[in-house]
Amino acid sequence: MKSLEELREIRERMRAEIGLDKDRFNKTRVVVGMATCGLASGAKPVFDALSNMVNEKGLTNVSVVPTGCIGLCQYEPIVEVIEPGKDKVTYIKMTPEKVLEIVDQHLVRGNIVRKYTISEMVG
Amino acid sequence: MYRSHVLVCGGSGCTSAGAPKILEVLNKEIAKAGIKNEVSVVETGCHGLCDYAPIVVVYPGPTFYSKVRPEDIPEIVNEHLVNGQVVSRLVHNAEITDEGIKSINETDFYKKQYRIALRNCGIINPENIEEYIATGGYEALGRVLTQYTPEQVIQIIIDSGLRGRGGGGFPTGIKWKLARANDADQKYVCCNADEGDPGAFMDRSVLEGDPHVVLEAMTIAGYAIGASQGYIYIRAEYPLAVERLNKAIAQAREYGLLGKDIFGTGFNFDIELRLGAGAFVCGEETALMTSIEGNRGEPRPRPPFPAQKGLFQKPTLLNNVETYANIPQIILNGPEWFSSMGTEKSKGTKVFALGGKIRNTGLVEIPMGTTLREVVEDIGGGIPNNKKFKAAQTGGPSGGCIPASKYDIPIDYDNLVGIGSMMGSGGLIVMDEDNCMVDIAKFFLEFTVDESCGKCTPCRVGTKRLYEILDKITKGNGTMEDLDKLEELCVYIKENALCGLGQSAPNPVLSTLRYFRDEYIAHVKDKKCPAAVCKALLSYVIDPNACRGCTLCARSCPNNAISGKVKEAHVIDQDKCVKCGVCKEKCRFGAILIR
Repeated sequence: MKSLEELREIRERMRAEIGLDKDRFNKTRVVVGMATCGLASGAKPVFDALSNMVNEKGLTNVSVVPTGCIGLCQYEPIVEVIEPGKDKVTYIKMTPEKVLEIVDQHLVRGNIVRKYTISEMVG
Repeated sequence: MYRSHVLVCGGSGCTSAGAPKILEVLNKEIAKAGIKNEVSVVETGCHGLCDYAPIVVVYPGPTFYSKVRPEDIPEIVNEHLVNGQVVSRLVHNAEITDEGIKSINETDFYKKQYRIALRNCGIINPENIEEYIATGGYEALGRVLTQYTPEQVIQIIIDSGLRGRGGGGFPTGIKWKLARANDADQKYVCCNADEGDPGAFMDRSVLEGDPHVVLEAMTIAGYAIGASQGYIYIRAEYPLAVERLNKAIAQAREYGLLGKDIFGTGFNFDIELRLGAGAFVCGEETALMTSIEGNRGEPRPRPPFPAQKGLFQKPTLLNNVETYANIPQIILNGPEWFSSMGTEKSKGTKVFALGGKIRNTGLVEIPMGTTLREVVEDIGGGIPNNKKFKAAQTGGPSGGCIPASKYDIPIDYDNLVGIGSMMGSGGLIVMDEDNCMVDIAKFFLEFTVDESCGKCTPCRVGTKRLYEILDKITKGNGTMEDLDKLEELCVYIKENALCGLGQSAPNPVLSTLRYFRDEYIAHVKDKKCPAAVCKALLSYVIDPNACRGCTLCARSCPNNAISGKVKEAHVIDQDKCVKCGVCKEKCRFGAILIR
């Protein structure tokens, strides 16, 4: 890194990528809580199932990334779906099976799987 | 043969929401459209989505219509059943996406939080430096190196009012100033990531979720005090945090954000990890530095303070993970922004790890000055099983218990010290009426006895004696003189122990003695444990009026302590009873009582 300009170039490119720049955000971003709390409750198989399925279905517009502690450790594994122009959807207590349903229903067909969302499960 | 089936929910939820009227209108409209022979109308049972009643489902599809009103029916019949066009405005899923599922950010859990140290946790991919940069990462470092003098940086930190988040609460800017003021050929910047309090995991979460923020802040600190080398002392029990830190350091070096000539300014700084072997005392600053040097992790007397002679006898700056996590945001947003949050002497926010008898266990970050009640009731969701709040333990083995009478106290450094506890690193364990406060004090003393390094006598012997007296009390052998002895010994240890571990070890005893003395007295005088925790002081008995003589308890007892005939009241032999509680768990009539 030789200058602030160089840093800002990366920032501008990445802001669209991860959805901070709402106008240029055009991908679906799926984050999986993979801090110790998430991993302990089984986030790794969930992450693997999710990314394999996304690859298999050829969903090139979806990026699956690990993230840190979301703060709600007792609801891990947590998967959040962030789509351009929409509210973030938080799915809790995920399993490799449930996450396939989310790929199928939410990521492919655009239907939120309401029964697994935090607002539905916790109220 | 019908070409379409229309199901109208006839569950009680939908019925009370007007399903019979829907059914009536539907049949009428279908007859009017002349498709009575093609479409069958069926009344079904509950779909379980009573919130969205009345529900109408059309097969094939199925298409799920929710909150259907009678005036919607002609549209469903004419558009969907006749023309084959789904009425999308009434479709259940469409409704969800339009109104939006209650976003997680709107829940009580998040509404009262304000995230500075945790701002990227759960948002970015911690293993990708570019995602950190996208959130404004390394901008603070770039600005500092190209636009500020070290003195200006230190002034910003002083003006912000930031205090050490590791527990002590020493003003961070002053620490930096002292470290800068001491001239030397080599200085060091250290990060204390040896988080050891039972129930605390704030630092681990920052390191796992946002490792670059610590690297960036340490580099800023290096520039401010004139150091070129940093060490992160992290406990080996945090393998994931270690792995992510190592990846982050490698990436930062690759991007030229660590190493030589950072931002083309000629400034050099690098960071290495040192793993702790699991000794609680190594979270104490002098013991931590002794351990980095490769020696046995024992504290040494201060002065000299680390800012004068620290690591390898050189001036050293040591801050906690969470303290560092605040630095880049303070640089970017200005000291006034930071000091506008919090109370008079405690600025900004604090991260707490919520645990114990609370619904939302997890990690929260709140502005200083938030009351304990708000943290427990609103953010934490309250106490489960309709139990009452009894106390909250903050500060781990160095802290104390805050009783219900102080529920509304605004949380900041000075208030907590004032009521005999301390901020500590941020563990917050909630206790309800089923927790015995003497037992809690004993638990923490057991921990400090284990973790005392043994170098100084007040801590090595004193904590052991404290533990023995507490043990005696919980076994029902305590005397009133023991309570006075406890207090006297606590004060002696506080005054004479060498390091923070020993000086703060009596806090759990002192604070419970102060607020829950009646519980101690109950143990000593009445030989009773009011919370029914201390086994030696309670006995299990069977209420002869409630017992039906089902024999389940007798068959479940591991020690054959229960006898009695079928259909007659049973009796527990107190000499044989080991107080395991299995009988109470098994009894279906609530006939087993604890006395």
